[in-house]
Amino acid sequence: MTMVDEPTGTQAPEKEVGKARRRKEDARLITGKTTWTDNMSLPGMLHIAVVRSPVAHARISNVDVSAAKAAPGVIEVYTGRDFAEEQGSLPCAWPVTPDMVNPGHPSIAVDSVNHVGEAVALIVARSKVAAQDAVELVDIDYDVLPPVLRMEEAVKDGADLVHDELSSNTSYHFVFDAGDAGLGGNTDQAFADAEVVVSRRFVNQRLIPAFMEPRSCVVSPQGDNYTMWSSTQIPHILRVMLAMVTGVPEHKLRIIAPDVGGGFGGKLQVNPEEVLALLVARRLGKPVKWTETRSESLMTAHHGRDQIQFIDIAADREGNVKGLKVRLLADMGAYLRLITPGVPALGAFMFPAIYKFPAYHFECDGVFTNKVPTDAYRGAGRPEATFAVERIMDELAVELGMDPLELRRKNWIQAQEFPFTTIAGLEYDSGDYEQATQQALQLIGYDELRAEQRQRRESGDPVQLGIGFSTFTEMCGLAPSRVLGSLAFGAGGWEHASIRMLPTGKVEVVTGSTPHGQGHETAWSQLVADELGVPFEDVEVLHGDTSISSRGLDTYGSRSLVVGGTAVVKAAEKVVAKARKIAAHLLEASEDDLEFTGGKFSVRGTPGTGLGIQEIALAIFAAHNYPEGIEPSIDADATFDPVNFSFPHGTHICAMEVDTETGMVKIRKYASVDDIGKIVNPLIVEGQIHGGLAQGIAQALYEEAVYDDDGNLTTGTFVDYLVPAASDLPHFDTGNTVHEAPGNPIGAKGVGEAGCIASTPAVVNAALDAVRHLGVTDIQMPLTPERVWRAIHQGGDGGERATAGTIAWGGASTETTTGVSTDASSLGGDR
Amino acid sequence: MIPAAFAYARPTTIDEALQAVADGGEDVKIMAGGQSLIPVMRLRLAAPETVVDLTRVAEMRGVREEGDAIVIGAMTTHSDVLSDPLIAQWAPLIADATETVADRQVRHRGTFGGALAHADPAGDLPAVALALDAEFVIAGLNGRRTVGAAEFFVDYLTTALEEGELLVEIRVPKLQGTWGMHYEKFNRVAQAWSIVAVAAAVRREGGVIAEARIGLTNMGPVPLRASGVEAALAGAEATAEAIAAAADRAAEGTSPSSDLNAQADYRQHLVTVLTRRAVTAAAGL
Repeated sequence: MTMVDEPTGTQAPEKEVGKARRRKEDARLITGKTTWTDNMSLPGMLHIAVVRSPVAHARISNVDVSAAKAAPGVIEVYTGRDFAEEQGSLPCAWPVTPDMVNPGHPSIAVDSVNHVGEAVALIVARSKVAAQDAVELVDIDYDVLPPVLRMEEAVKDGADLVHDELSSNTSYHFVFDAGDAGLGGNTDQAFADAEVVVSRRFVNQRLIPAFMEPRSCVVSPQGDNYTMWSSTQIPHILRVMLAMVTGVPEHKLRIIAPDVGGGFGGKLQVNPEEVLALLVARRLGKPVKWTETRSESLMTAHHGRDQIQFIDIAADREGNVKGLKVRLLADMGAYLRLITPGVPALGAFMFPAIYKFPAYHFECDGVFTNKVPTDAYRGAGRPEATFAVERIMDELAVELGMDPLELRRKNWIQAQEFPFTTIAGLEYDSGDYEQATQQALQLIGYDELRAEQRQRRESGDPVQLGIGFSTFTEMCGLAPSRVLGSLAFGAGGWEHASIRMLPTGKVEVVTGSTPHGQGHETAWSQLVADELGVPFEDVEVLHGDTSISSRGLDTYGSRSLVVGGTAVVKAAEKVVAKARKIAAHLLEASEDDLEFTGGKFSVRGTPGTGLGIQEIALAIFAAHNYPEGIEPSIDADATFDPVNFSFPHGTHICAMEVDTETGMVKIRKYASVDDIGKIVNPLIVEGQIHGGLAQGIAQALYEEAVYDDDGNLTTGTFVDYLVPAASDLPHFDTGNTVHEAPGNPIGAKGVGEAGCIASTPAVVNAALDAVRHLGVTDIQMPLTPERVWRAIHQGGDGGERATAGTIAWGGASTETTTGVSTDASSLGGDR
Repeated sequence: MIPAAFAYARPTTIDEALQAVADGGEDVKIMAGGQSLIPVMRLRLAAPETVVDLTRVAEMRGVREEGDAIVIGAMTTHSDVLSDPLIAQWAPLIADATETVADRQVRHRGTFGGALAHADPAGDLPAVALALDAEFVIAGLNGRRTVGAAEFFVDYLTTALEEGELLVEIRVPKLQGTWGMHYEKFNRVAQAWSIVAVAAAVRREGGVIAEARIGLTNMGPVPLRASGVEAALAGAEATAEAIAAAADRAAEGTSPSSDLNAQADYRQHLVTVLTRRAVTAAAGL
């Protein structure tokens, strides 16, 4: 047993929570000393390659796999017909309205294809190379149908249909009316009575999550049991869903998410290839592996955002907001995936943001198109809402001739008003918008920037300066299970943890919240070190294997610390309570006389008597001497179901230089002050904020998934889908205010999505502020130099981009293995 | 992202390389660093029968002085170009442009000759070679020939190199007099290809621009000389106004493409702004 030094003073032990601990997991991750799914190699393992549709919309008239079957190393070739009876439909867990239309989603196309990249055949071969070589040998005839690509046309009467068995391209019409819900006034009346109304149409473009590690899965059959390793965010949900889809009993399925290299929501999915790998392994009785290429990843992993937002705001002349109306067209893509329809519907509750709107009406149409389905992407519903409302607040300020910050201040919830129930029915927990804003203004050097802006305007400098705000909030800590039930979501929002006290005093923490890069192992260790009074290094966090972590709802929606961390804390409390009984017994004292600090039980008023919880772990392992009537274990588990969401907030300010001669925009300074409640690890928080800012700025300036008129994804490589690198981003001045979340014992609110949600409108508002005096009122995202230049010199919002990939490097825009070229196509062109 | 199968040869001399190309079958690709070829093969946009890798041909590397020219071996890597004293002395424009090529990793593998032979209109080095009147020394089984830059770039990804030939070295004439040079590149993220770029070399005599050479990147299927601008600058006062007036002619005779980054008319606007900036910097104003 470890010798423990007696405490020499009355000083409380140093707290782990709040320390900027370097992450435990980083050493193995950045030195490659881990096993990613694609590193798995099992004896006799076969490799799957997927033949994908090169057309966006067609009937499959003939499939000839004979040449592929005869190719060297090929074991079997399957088509949709082979799995038609057993593949079922990929699940959609969020029927947002009772009459939502879900056409079903085969994992592999049987009769028709509805987006470029849809699986149409599978090659199973002895090697990855053999499988890939045979892909080109599958001969498929398509009767091409007109692709449906633009939502505003798709919803018109008589439009071409994505699914011709349906009566329209509209999957659902979701309405939230605050008046009908008894939360506010009549919105139409509010607008009729308003002195000022500003209406805008914003485009929240389609984005690609672009996680670092491509998706991969390995399935190993053992008798009628199956183990699947998958690069997924959601091993627990995947297990349930695979059981439901394939009929493999849940208790015969084990899912393991090993270290996972990022997801951003893109791996919050039940992938067609996961279903297919399981079906192939079942049929052949052999282990199989599928790993996507980067091209497949960009083309077929679900996308995010893609909304056309019609937003109207009503106010009086003094700048008091009177009402908000939102109508969305949300692109579902060709099918409904796991939470496709729920993403825009979740946004419904965030459009009122931090402002006290007396009336609010929201409608959303989910629209089918011949594109890859959309689904969760960092923020999922909240970035879209935040963008629209923070943009329209600036437009209203311009209309009123008010300072944009003054307008916000006039309408936001005051610190003393928390908890505050919004017009959308959410109860905001805590915060102080003024305090965060003041701090951000200091950080960025606001007055100097405004002075420079004036000077540049007066001198007619070709490089103009603008300043943009985003005073945002978001809902995190997904989620109270009852609320999810009321929204017709197919699962709860609780989280589970268990703590196993090992005989040597080491601690295993099992979490149901499966990390994919967030640093759970470090943060959970900090929590447990404080709760149990054990060294940080003595804690090991286990996750991601359904046979180890049997219950869990995984990681998304900035929920892990808030919900999963709380479950860990609750389990630790139970461990301490169980250990207390044993300590009392061994110390021959009453439980009530024991105090527990620094990992040690001692009898009040009797210095020197003490028993460490790690010693108790050994004592109860031996179990030679413990009280009657209790079990010989101090292990414990806990399930935590929050009663409310948590609501991080913050003020982000962007200072932007715009070169009016070229349209090039450049972020000069960026300051963010986020209130994410209690901070467990400031280093992890800083990393999350930086990464989130990068992704939010990327939406504003760089990224867009572009389809040409044939439905080919022309941003199919990173040459054309521009993900910024560190060299393209500015220094970030970050700060925090701390208003602890009352809804969980940690006091944390969630940080994973904050930077991504907040930054996009701040950046666009900054660019517009720089050139508004030149007559510019909007610029479509991403703010390419061309769009900015056109908006300045030709008016409008900068207009549509050409859809052709760049001619650079001779690859990006030439005909690829996954696109065909017609007259409407941007592929190939005239070369 | 797995290339189709191919045969692979790694010669160590130019003669061996030429023989390997001749023996390589119908579809031979020469790899001179592989920074463009490998991605295209991985996407199966190219599936050559044979790849001849020139990495070990030592005689194709390095920069030397030869009379009134400096001679750059085609297999000299971008990073070697950046640290070469002869290039710094006689053709700093090359280093200026090379510094903007992709990222450090690519510059350690990619080569000067490889980039020129690939003839990507968005690549940075062809316009520089054109502006400097470089000469391209081409070797074949039947001997060597030299082609001027204006004749070397034929069309999109197409050069004067015939089947079986290798670009072995590039001769860059030493410019006499006092020249200022600048490469003005316009792209959206640091590692991307040029949307438009302008290579400028300017010789000043006192307050007058005696001579200017302007190469344009990505303003058509091949690199272009902005001859209208050059004519307007010859003998012009070295003033902002004169440079701006001359630069207004930069789009003359260009035929840029329209793509995600820029439509043709915007490129034709950009090139005037970038030419003005490039010339201004090169003229030391």
